[in-house]
Amino acid sequence: MLRYTIRRLIQLVGVVLVLSLLLFAWLRALPGGPVSALLGERATPESREALTKQLGLDQPIFVQYVKFLGRALSGDFGVSTGVQPGDSAMEIFLQRFPATIELSFLAIVIAVALGIPLGYLAAKRRGGWFDNLSVAGSLIGVAVPVFFLAYVLKDVLSAALGLPTQGRQDAIGATRVTGFFVVDGVITQEWDAALNALEHLILPAIALSTIPFAVVFRITRAAVLDVLNEDFVRTAESKGLTSPVIRRRHVLRNAMLPVVTTIGLQTGALLAGAVLTEKVFSLPGVGQALAIGFERRDYPVLLLLIIMATVVYVVVNLLVDLSYAFIDPRIRTR
Amino acid sequence: MAHSRTARRRWSAAIGLTGVAALALSGCAQSERGGETGGGQVGGTLTFGAAGAPKLLDPFYATDGETFRVSRQMFEGLVGFKPGTAEVQPALATKWESSADGKTWTFTLKENVKFHDGTAFNAEAVCVNFNRWYNQKGAAQSEAVSQYWLDNFGGFADTPDKPSLFKSCAAKDPKTAVVELTKSTSQFPSVLGFTSFSISSPEALKKYDADNVVASGDAFTYPAYANEHPTGTGPFKFGKFDKANNVVELVRNDDYHGDKAKLDKVVFKIIPDETARKQALKAGDIDGYDLPNAADWAGLKSDGFDVKVRPAFNVLYLGINQLNNPKLQDLKVRQALQYAINREQLVKSQLPEGATVASQFMPPLVNGYDKSLEAVKYDPEKAKALLAEAGASDLTLKFYWPTEVTRPYMPSPKDLYGAIAGDLQKAGIKVEATSKPWNGGYLTDVDNGVPDLFMLGWTGDNGTAHNWVGTFFGRTDNRFNTGKSPWGKVLADDLAAANAEPDEAKRTKLYEGINKKIMTEYLPAVPLSYAPPAIVFKKEIQGVTPSPLTDERFGSASKG
Amino acid sequence: MVTPTRKKDRIDALAASSGESDAGVSLAASAWRTLRRSPVFLTGATIITLFVLISLLSPWLAPQDTAEPMLIDQVVKARNEIPPPQPGHLLGGDLQGRDFFSRLLVGSQQTLIVGVLATLIGLAGGLTLGTLAGALGGWVDTVVMRLVDVMLSLPSLLLAFSISAMFARPNQYTVIVAVAVVQIPVFARLLRGSMLAQRSSDHVLAATALGVKPGAIVFRHMLPNSLGPVIVQSTLVLATAIIDAAALSFLGLGNPDDRVPEWGQMLGDVQNVFDTHPQLAFWPAGCIIVVALGFTLMGETLREALDPKSRR
Repeated sequence: MLRYTIRRLIQLVGVVLVLSLLLFAWLRALPGGPVSALLGERATPESREALTKQLGLDQPIFVQYVKFLGRALSGDFGVSTGVQPGDSAMEIFLQRFPATIELSFLAIVIAVALGIPLGYLAAKRRGGWFDNLSVAGSLIGVAVPVFFLAYVLKDVLSAALGLPTQGRQDAIGATRVTGFFVVDGVITQEWDAALNALEHLILPAIALSTIPFAVVFRITRAAVLDVLNEDFVRTAESKGLTSPVIRRRHVLRNAMLPVVTTIGLQTGALLAGAVLTEKVFSLPGVGQALAIGFERRDYPVLLLLIIMATVVYVVVNLLVDLSYAFIDPRIRTR
Repeated sequence: MAHSRTARRRWSAAIGLTGVAALALSGCAQSERGGETGGGQVGGTLTFGAAGAPKLLDPFYATDGETFRVSRQMFEGLVGFKPGTAEVQPALATKWESSADGKTWTFTLKENVKFHDGTAFNAEAVCVNFNRWYNQKGAAQSEAVSQYWLDNFGGFADTPDKPSLFKSCAAKDPKTAVVELTKSTSQFPSVLGFTSFSISSPEALKKYDADNVVASGDAFTYPAYANEHPTGTGPFKFGKFDKANNVVELVRNDDYHGDKAKLDKVVFKIIPDETARKQALKAGDIDGYDLPNAADWAGLKSDGFDVKVRPAFNVLYLGINQLNNPKLQDLKVRQALQYAINREQLVKSQLPEGATVASQFMPPLVNGYDKSLEAVKYDPEKAKALLAEAGASDLTLKFYWPTEVTRPYMPSPKDLYGAIAGDLQKAGIKVEATSKPWNGGYLTDVDNGVPDLFMLGWTGDNGTAHNWVGTFFGRTDNRFNTGKSPWGKVLADDLAAANAEPDEAKRTKLYEGINKKIMTEYLPAVPLSYAPPAIVFKKEIQGVTPSPLTDERFGSASKG
Repeated sequence: MVTPTRKKDRIDALAASSGESDAGVSLAASAWRTLRRSPVFLTGATIITLFVLISLLSPWLAPQDTAEPMLIDQVVKARNEIPPPQPGHLLGGDLQGRDFFSRLLVGSQQTLIVGVLATLIGLAGGLTLGTLAGALGGWVDTVVMRLVDVMLSLPSLLLAFSISAMFARPNQYTVIVAVAVVQIPVFARLLRGSMLAQRSSDHVLAATALGVKPGAIVFRHMLPNSLGPVIVQSTLVLATAIIDAAALSFLGLGNPDDRVPEWGQMLGDVQNVFDTHPQLAFWPAGCIIVVALGFTLMGETLREALDPKSRR
């Protein structure tokens, strides 16, 4: 198990190195880039040339990459040119990551809270109208572009429910402890601040939860169907155990395994979805930084955030694998 | 650090009232506060929706509008601009006079002025600032850092090959500062009204290592002064920059030397998305934002918001580059382009209310604008005839337009491009369209002379003609490559001469003459339009005057 | 039986369905029997047939030119006015005064092209890698699969965003490439899995024993038998590609030239007027949802029909 973990981590380092080299080289090859971003429309050919030289952008790409790696090892990934001009990319990531975690967490909670019970019910009534309806619903949910749904929520639901449509928190002056606004409010017992931060998350989290919901729903449904067909359930039934007992003791617990894994594995979809929803709701998280970064070609920020997204995704995958093997002994023997 | 009681109350109010109209909410907060202060005019927080975060807080190194917007509330310069105009008026200097040759300027300073850190403002402090600007070293000399100084004053103390406009500054007595220049220029003293040339506290500059700019990797990092301790003399002082919540907070300076600010606080809430700013305003989350989309003006007005339209202080033009296609060196061809574009239709369909067709390369507010010039009328037949005369009937031009950008003079480049290209095709000119991201190749290609036609514009920094035509055509290797034509050099020389003329009346005449020549004899590009940008506030925000220079100061603003 | 949850495992499970392929013909036949009676599949198939027909015929169906700003005189930005529906212009005009109905119709064609090309490129890339790995095995297999796993370890939509952000000049083709590249590893793993499942199957062993050349085995025996899973995956990718292309446009990474419209671009480009002219967003969004749903319905029912597990 330990060796497996170490091997995966080494692989991760390799992936990050290759990825960063590819990104770096490619971004450097693009026209414009940092010089254009810094000088803007007032630039003259001379000032461009001077700045290119000053920033060392005229050196061979490999030299630039080695220098970049050197700085990157000390956490310096360069300075933002478009998202928060002047701030270091790392600072931007650290400030914004908690917002995205809060959002993703709430989205997963919504997806699970709806997906598991609905999936279970649908499986129990396979082929019935409830089953067909909810399967159709989950399929439509996947077919709707996330950002479109976000706009519909923002324009329709926000007015109906009186929920805020942008930002992380209304007022300022709340004490910052962890950077997680909801958690901060709870720790410092500034309950209204916590509630306010939570309200800001609701609509974006609903928009973000559709795809994980659909996946959790379908996996739950399939898993429950599988388990219902398994020998041990049939055996239990034949032994005369009543249906609620079977449900609790055997069906749900066994069906939980794939569901738990799925939840972990939705990280990727959440990261990409966060780019879209955070943009729509002007939520200052990593996703919004990526969206603005794409829009304003903020390469230092893009480079770091893409690498961090990969790291997070791979690490979560690894954790899921480990926990999976830990929970289900059958895997370990595979 | 518990948050203040008022903030707490605002929250409870907000939570208790979610779903109720925003107006009622702010009204409620208002009455509570009114009870405390007795008047309703004083106090309150103005929350302004900003499109981006300020890059830094030291205006001298700034190049971005968001930094200027925040720092002009905290800083003042020797001169300022009369609200709502581009005319210079006294600020930290009460009066000034220049020698006959325009090289020696004596400023009389306002007395009893204190910086936010309590230190005194005097002639010595003024000279410390000038010398600071002039003595920038190393990375700080970069075009990307001290851009406004380089553009307006030229070089630095240790760059003899790059002469500077600035020569020296002396404190004759505590209330008199004498600034020596190396030559006469029309830019002085109005250039001192730029937010970049605001006066900072010498003490704070030193204490927080203000000049320590470091080039790191692809960019520059700025010292503590620019990040956390901006110290000026303005009506507001720095509160904090809550980066996790994307909010900048300024608080009232109770020791301000003039009329004290009415607001307790000014908060800049960063909302990058245009639609989100509009919705935040409608929901009552913010009290105002800049540059509402022209299409929203009518809707915002009918919803009871105060859309303040600034006087147009920009120009959009169709750039013509003479470098690659020799046919473009022919005046007739360039005139044909001017006749081919239906500018009236363009202005009506694509630009905000109040936009007009441009008759020259500067708007009417600028000194030297020639009133006698009229924009030529749309005439596709005349365009065809001119092209035939020039033997250019089968003209094919490389037309570039930018993506990933909007500018006050160019609200939607794609839509503007579509209209212009359609007009050109109707006049028989073939267009090879290329679009590139603004910062991802467009500006570079325009600078390097790749396209034949391009869309670009300018928003003025001040009301001197030099800031306009001087910027466009002051050199021969400009974006239009006017040096390719014999008149390019003449134009550049005429512009330099006009700029150096110390007598204002004579100077204005010279510029009027130049503008006429540009439009009738040279036509290096086709000016398209002047478009007024707007800024929008809730009705109860009063005392903000829209400025052509976007120089809106919130010191005079009040809520209710 | 544990339900596959990971992307990898899901792909492998699908690939395995081609394993018992001596019965290839009968499998297809039985799948078809199931599908013919499935209302869900028929709904999907009807939607897609209509979509394809409309997109093929759209140049003749569209009443107006899609690039000509013929209603420009009814566009007044200052009053937020766009041309309303009127005779000859069923749905009025867009922000540039072009006929909106014609653009929707013609948009179907570009949308189909984006979907099909992205799928074909993804398939071709995956086919090359998967066949190499699956047919040759050994170190080629190891190298290729390591590469594929690296790609699968990035969130796919985020990868598509990043790829298109790397093009200096986004255009129609960069969108297709960005959407396609993220599908390559999926197809590669799918095909490799399918080949591996067949390598030890009776008919391949028989062919090898009879001295048939390896190349011929791959192309005559193995690939045709992988067709089922590939079709299923392709159908699902068509839906994903169309939705992903819209997301790219929304982030400003789409094709900026809109003279020839595409639904994703039409939707992504109107984000600023979503609240004031919602019809400009609802029409293309509705079209995308219906078509994506059509492909998904077909894909999912196909998958079930081909899945040996569900036929027990």
